Amino acid sequence: MPSVKIKKHAPENDMTPFVDVAFLILSFFMLATKFKPEEPVEVTTPNSVSSQTLPEKDALMISIDQGGRVFVSIDNPQSRQLLIENMNQTRNLGLGPAEIKNFINAPSVGVPFSQLKGLLALDPEEPSTKEVFKKQPGIPCSDTTGGELYYWIRDALTAYSGKKLNLLIKADNNAKYPQFKNVLNAFKKNDQNKFLLVTSPEDAPAGTALYVTRQKQIQSGK
Amino acid sequence: MASIDSGGGDSGHKKGPGVKKAKKLSTRVDMTPMVDLGFLLITFFIFTTTMSQPTAMNLYMPKDVDKPEEQNKVKESGAFHIMLGKQDVIYYYEGMDPTQIKTATFKTIRDEIIRKKQNTNPEDLVVIIKPTIDATYKNTVDILDEMTINEIKRYAMVDISPVEYELIKITEAASGIK
Repeated sequence: MPSVKIKKHAPENDMTPFVDVAFLILSFFMLATKFKPEEPVEVTTPNSVSSQTLPEKDALMISIDQGGRVFVSIDNPQSRQLLIENMNQTRNLGLGPAEIKNFINAPSVGVPFSQLKGLLALDPEEPSTKEVFKKQPGIPCSDTTGGELYYWIRDALTAYSGKKLNLLIKADNNAKYPQFKNVLNAFKKNDQNKFLLVTSPEDAPAGTALYVTRQKQIQSGK
Repeated sequence: MASIDSGGGDSGHKKGPGVKKAKKLSTRVDMTPMVDLGFLLITFFIFTTTMSQPTAMNLYMPKDVDKPEEQNKVKESGAFHIMLGKQDVIYYYEGMDPTQIKTATFKTIRDEIIRKKQNTNPEDLVVIIKPTIDATYKNTVDILDEMTINEIKRYAMVDISPVEYELIKITEAASGIK
């Protein structure tokens, strides 16, 4: 009896839909992505119901990490240059042009003035420099005068004189209140009383007064 | 389709005799490396992306005033003191008598604030936030957020007085919080 021969094909999958989906997701992420700015410290911010977006320009950011170390960063390279040149003179840091240039390119800085020259003298291309930046001891600000942070803020304000400078405070969930208070003190000494706290977004809990107000706003908007 | 039909194979019609069949090469492309690369890039973008844009919360601190007569006065009936202690515990009291201290958590404090808000003349209500040295930054932001959530118009963040801190210490010792 002649048996019917079934021709055997190799089990081949059609990959096309798979590729389609993969590239769809890929393009979504490429468009939606915004690269995390490189920071020497990991800071997990608390949540708040605030819906205000963070200003990205003209910002002086003070970061406080878990251990209470304080870091300073400024967004604008020009202002960074003004700040460091100003500070170099007033605090006698003795920085050379190469070190100033390193500061302009540096991420957050968090060392006492005595160590600043040593930190900035490091070659930014060296891989070990990154580690050193991660292990910075933080800017001292533990007394009522605001410590050295006072001078950082003062000179940042001078560098921004005439323009509005947004004062951002980005602290970690587990940072202790006294350290936050010290930072506030340093600002207060500079007559600065308006701050923006960096937080992660969160919805207003259902049933609360704010929730009701926001619902009303949405409905009236329609 | 991933494979382009090259016209050969079983579906092809019979050619006449003497017509030589050209050898048909498969134009099927192996998609696997492309998929590999695609997913590699996806993983890369997933890891580097920041999806939720951080938000900013306003914080206005009062200016230091030296003269006591320039300071804002708070009516006793409208005052609500919230103190932040160790291990996310909240201590609160109404009015001006710190010995009436009560304990709450971040879950129960909202009800207390709402109750106080309902029972008080809106013009008199002032919430005074006093974080102790044991409070974390998260506690501070959470309680400030609670003010926004419950639409408390007037609140202030001030230092804790030694008397209140002592009372908190006693309460903590009594309830075994270390």
